Amino acid sequence: MAIDFALAAVLAALGSSLVSTAAHKVPSVLRYLAFPLLAVSGAAATVAGFMVMGNGEVLVTTLPVGLPWLEWQIRVDVLSALFLTIIGIVTFAVAIFGPGYVREYEHGQHPLAQLGIFTGLFITGMLLVVMANDAFLFMIAWELMSLSSYFLVMFHHEQAANRRAGFLYLLMAHVGGLAILLGYGVLATFGDGFSFDAMRAAPLTPLWASVAFALTFVGFGMKAGLVPLHAWLPEAHPVAPSHISALMSGVMLKVAIYGFIRVTLDLIGDVHWGWGVVALLIGSISALLGVLYALQQNDLKRLLAYSSIENIGIIFLALGMALVFLGTGLPKLGAIALVAALFHTFNHAIFKSLLFLGAGNIVQRTHEQNLERMGGLLTRLPYTGFFFLIGCMSIAALPPFNGFASEWLTFQAALQAAELKNGVLRALIPFTAAMLALTGALALACFVKAYGVAFLGQPRSRRVRHARKTAYGMRFAQGLLATICVLAGVFPNVVVNLLDTIPRMLTGTGLQSATTQGWLWLTPVAPGVASYSAPLVLVGILVTWLIAWWFSHPRGARSVRRGPAWDCGFGPLGPTMQYTSTSFAMPIRRIFAPVWGIEEKIERQVDEYGLRVSRLSHQQRVYDRSWAALYEPIARWVQFAARRVSRLQQGNIRVYIAYSFFTLLLLLWVIS
Amino acid sequence: MNIVDFSLQEQMVLLIAALVLFTSFALLAQQRMLASIHVFAWQGALVAGATALIAAVYDQPHLYFSAALTMALKALFMPWMLHRLVNRLGIQHHVETVVRPSLILLAAAALVVFSYYVALPIEKLSLLSTRNTIAISMAVVLLGMLMMVSRRQAVSQVIGFMSIENGLFFAAVVSTHGMPMVVELGIAFDVLVAAVLFGVFFLQIRDSIESLDVDRLNRLSETRLVESVREAEE
Amino acid sequence: MTGWLLALVQLALFVLGAPLLVIWVKRVKCFLQNRRAPSMLQPYRDLGKLFRKQVVLAENASQLFRMAPYIVFAAMVLAAFTVPLIAIQLPTAAIADMLVLVGFLAIGRFFITLAGMDVGTAFGGMGSSREVSLSAFAEPAMLMVIFTLAMTAQSTNLSSVMQYLIDVGLVLRPSLMFALLGMLLVAVAETGRVPVDNPATHLELTMVHEAMILEYSGRHLAMMEWAAQLKLMIFGALVVNIFFPWGLATEFTLVAIAIGIAAMIIKLAVLGVVLALSETVLAKMRVFRVPEYLNLAFLLALLGALSHIILEVGV
Repeated sequence: MAIDFALAAVLAALGSSLVSTAAHKVPSVLRYLAFPLLAVSGAAATVAGFMVMGNGEVLVTTLPVGLPWLEWQIRVDVLSALFLTIIGIVTFAVAIFGPGYVREYEHGQHPLAQLGIFTGLFITGMLLVVMANDAFLFMIAWELMSLSSYFLVMFHHEQAANRRAGFLYLLMAHVGGLAILLGYGVLATFGDGFSFDAMRAAPLTPLWASVAFALTFVGFGMKAGLVPLHAWLPEAHPVAPSHISALMSGVMLKVAIYGFIRVTLDLIGDVHWGWGVVALLIGSISALLGVLYALQQNDLKRLLAYSSIENIGIIFLALGMALVFLGTGLPKLGAIALVAALFHTFNHAIFKSLLFLGAGNIVQRTHEQNLERMGGLLTRLPYTGFFFLIGCMSIAALPPFNGFASEWLTFQAALQAAELKNGVLRALIPFTAAMLALTGALALACFVKAYGVAFLGQPRSRRVRHARKTAYGMRFAQGLLATICVLAGVFPNVVVNLLDTIPRMLTGTGLQSATTQGWLWLTPVAPGVASYSAPLVLVGILVTWLIAWWFSHPRGARSVRRGPAWDCGFGPLGPTMQYTSTSFAMPIRRIFAPVWGIEEKIERQVDEYGLRVSRLSHQQRVYDRSWAALYEPIARWVQFAARRVSRLQQGNIRVYIAYSFFTLLLLLWVIS
Repeated sequence: MNIVDFSLQEQMVLLIAALVLFTSFALLAQQRMLASIHVFAWQGALVAGATALIAAVYDQPHLYFSAALTMALKALFMPWMLHRLVNRLGIQHHVETVVRPSLILLAAAALVVFSYYVALPIEKLSLLSTRNTIAISMAVVLLGMLMMVSRRQAVSQVIGFMSIENGLFFAAVVSTHGMPMVVELGIAFDVLVAAVLFGVFFLQIRDSIESLDVDRLNRLSETRLVESVREAEE
Repeated sequence: MTGWLLALVQLALFVLGAPLLVIWVKRVKCFLQNRRAPSMLQPYRDLGKLFRKQVVLAENASQLFRMAPYIVFAAMVLAAFTVPLIAIQLPTAAIADMLVLVGFLAIGRFFITLAGMDVGTAFGGMGSSREVSLSAFAEPAMLMVIFTLAMTAQSTNLSSVMQYLIDVGLVLRPSLMFALLGMLLVAVAETGRVPVDNPATHLELTMVHEAMILEYSGRHLAMMEWAAQLKLMIFGALVVNIFFPWGLATEFTLVAIAIGIAAMIIKLAVLGVVLALSETVLAKMRVFRVPEYLNLAFLLALLGALSHIILEVGV
């Protein structure tokens, strides 16, 4: 039953892709047919995911396509189910958001057919990746996902910067894909076959297991955007249309996490704690650098993209802890860390999609993507403002929202490090947890900046001042995701109970005591050790709020008077006098100065007497250091190598024939 | 073995060990000349206190002598001498700029973990209840070296050197209840002579290169010398 | 049932007593500086006056600006709900552990900084920008302290930690000494006291907290002020009750509770004297020195955790 829903989701996504071919003649096909089909696909995937997670079954079926000796196998277990749910929910929200959003494209010269076709294929690819049961189907689906998203990134290809971003994305995706392929190659060699069942049974030597781990870590890490392999992400995600950005940041990165968990914990199975240390360190570095870079962005969507790197870092940090605990024989703690990682994966998918949809809403209404030109949007787009606020509170990990619940679980797992035998690990994990705390506090700073500059204060440009009214579908989509954020945060027990089946399946041990105290209390380790009651927190805040309000409004309380803000007696405050996005981030920029490459140019003109500054201009560019440190040397090296190789290119047809000839000879010799 | 099982005196020793480690960190972070001399004096006093405490707990009368010696030399005489020296050199208010202070402190924390990692197998051999302090004393030694690496000012380097000696002495006291008296006297005498020599040496290098910045001594390397000779010829 | 009742009594003590701690510190400072001190009831009079006054809102203030004082106040009250003041093992202690407590403080910070940016004056933006930057450094230090405590007592529940420390009795722990120092530094920074911020002035270039609430008036300002006083009380209770847990009521009898209240008053009074002394002796720091100060707090907390791992637990 569940698997029928899952296959229906795939078919609906494919169907959406097919009907979109008509969009270049009839643009409204996209709104009235393609997006509803996507919504069906999302709903079906969600239903399938919940059904499987609910009863914990493993469903296997074989598709009648594929190679003669290797038919495509589909397998849906609880791990796949979680990711099916994630894909499903976000796809559903995007499908509802989409019609309102693409409306403005209908009158332009943008290739709408392309948008619809590749969106459908993109979702098909992601669905198939999490359902694949052999490396062959997995890689085909993976490439389908990568390629179609490349075309989506290139949607606004009229700008050179976007073409460059798209090319970089394609390049990195393929390098990553190659690493994954090699990783599967190692597993297939030992397991004698490309099906996951054969790989699971593979008797790996510790060395080859580590090689396979390293390859998959690089491959999936590149897709997920771990530092220092992240450079493509902040280039590619912001330039796609916003609902696609939501899919890419919210879901595609999660598919990479799925791949990592599937290969490491399921296929390799026998983990070594050293791998965990690698994931832990890279994860915490990604989290910290991701949020530091996010803080310095002025482009709202770029900021969100960098913040995705941060969250992926947090997820990998928790996964690393899970690997450490599992590798040192503490499966109970490993289960806590794994559930924390999966919970955060789910949460990030929801709130990052919510934030990207909100950003899309702003972009569509104001045609501004730069924070420096926004301001005062809360009174102009109240619904978006409210939902965006919920997204910000979730991502800044404030109780009782969902981001807090998962980070709290991560900290609880880290606190159990005292049980480890190895003293260095016992010292390392608290330290990474402190880095996580720093990341969390900086994330709060980052989203206070994003929200405060975009939605509060006075509008900084004309188009923002006149922003009005959002389509209902767009509002509804954001409202849906915001509701899920609140629900998952207030009832973390329900989510944890569902997620608990995953460590049970992968390692045989689950969380024994997380929810034993009833639905009100979350107690991951034991009730005496740590407890958190999100429903009571919510009730407590609301009740105190009401009492405080009632107390401060006695009968006959005087009404509110409006007056000008305090301007120090210098006349009205203009929008340019506000703190901007750049100035808000200045203290942190100054404290962490070595992290970024900063180019700053200040020009000041003084009047003829040299006393008063008559004009002051400040230009600043903050760029990613990873370019100069890693990518440019590689690019130079590749160019150098290519120049060497290009000597082979003679232009003479007979020389080419000679190459083929010698290759043939060589091959014959090798075969004999 | 948990701290709850220790006697109050042993807990005191552990507390002092932690404080010694803290003074090492303080030395590393302190950029003012006079303040770092004071911190160094405190470190010496703490080591002396720990020695006296161990003498009392384990009834080792000869350690009282060591404690008195340490107190006199490391907590009083040497700081006094350094103080005088700094006054004579006129660098009392010198503030040394350390490159990336927070990175150095992070490295120091990593060194503590590292020395813990290294000391674990040794600790298993030692049967004394205060054996955990071996890791701490090793960390003090490593931090002293880190200080010598990261500082350019000659006086701070000497302080780093002396704090290495503090670490070694502390290790000897807490792990084996002190070295034989002859060795101890010899080391104390060595350090004393070294301190005096350093004093003379500072005045000399200040006179010859007009700075106490040890990086300036690079000029003495052969290639640089050749270059400067060549420049002079041109 | 008595437990819930006692929790409410404790909360009332917390909320109503918070202004007292502030005025106590102020009076000791006046005494030290040879000034005439205001009466002990002054903060209540101030709050009362503010509650009666009309609210003047800036013209472009949004709904968020009006909601923020209540949310900030509610977050602080909730935080106070979970911190043991006179008794431990209250039923409310299980709602939130130390990490959630940090979360409550974060809610307050989130809304107060947003409110600072809402009107669009340079003052508010400046205050918000500094507040989030500086608190980012306090957070890891605070977490390290929590880690040290949690490793010592094997729990993150405040009640369990205090219970453990009472049960064990006096043990000289280097880790807790460092944690206490780190916690004190963090508490001073988080509550915006000298040398990090100066709660007494409005027009100083380095101000943080006062800059954010500059546009508030009337009952909104009262809420914000009261929340700030509560925050000081929360940190005070944390410091004295974690590191000096003696006197806390462990059973719900009248005698135990009376002792608990008396012990709480004495401990907080002593802490207030210490705070007033340090504020008299120290000068306010430049803003960009504060990260160094908080790095010191982190270092102390880290040393606490390390000395726990190295010195206090054997292999």
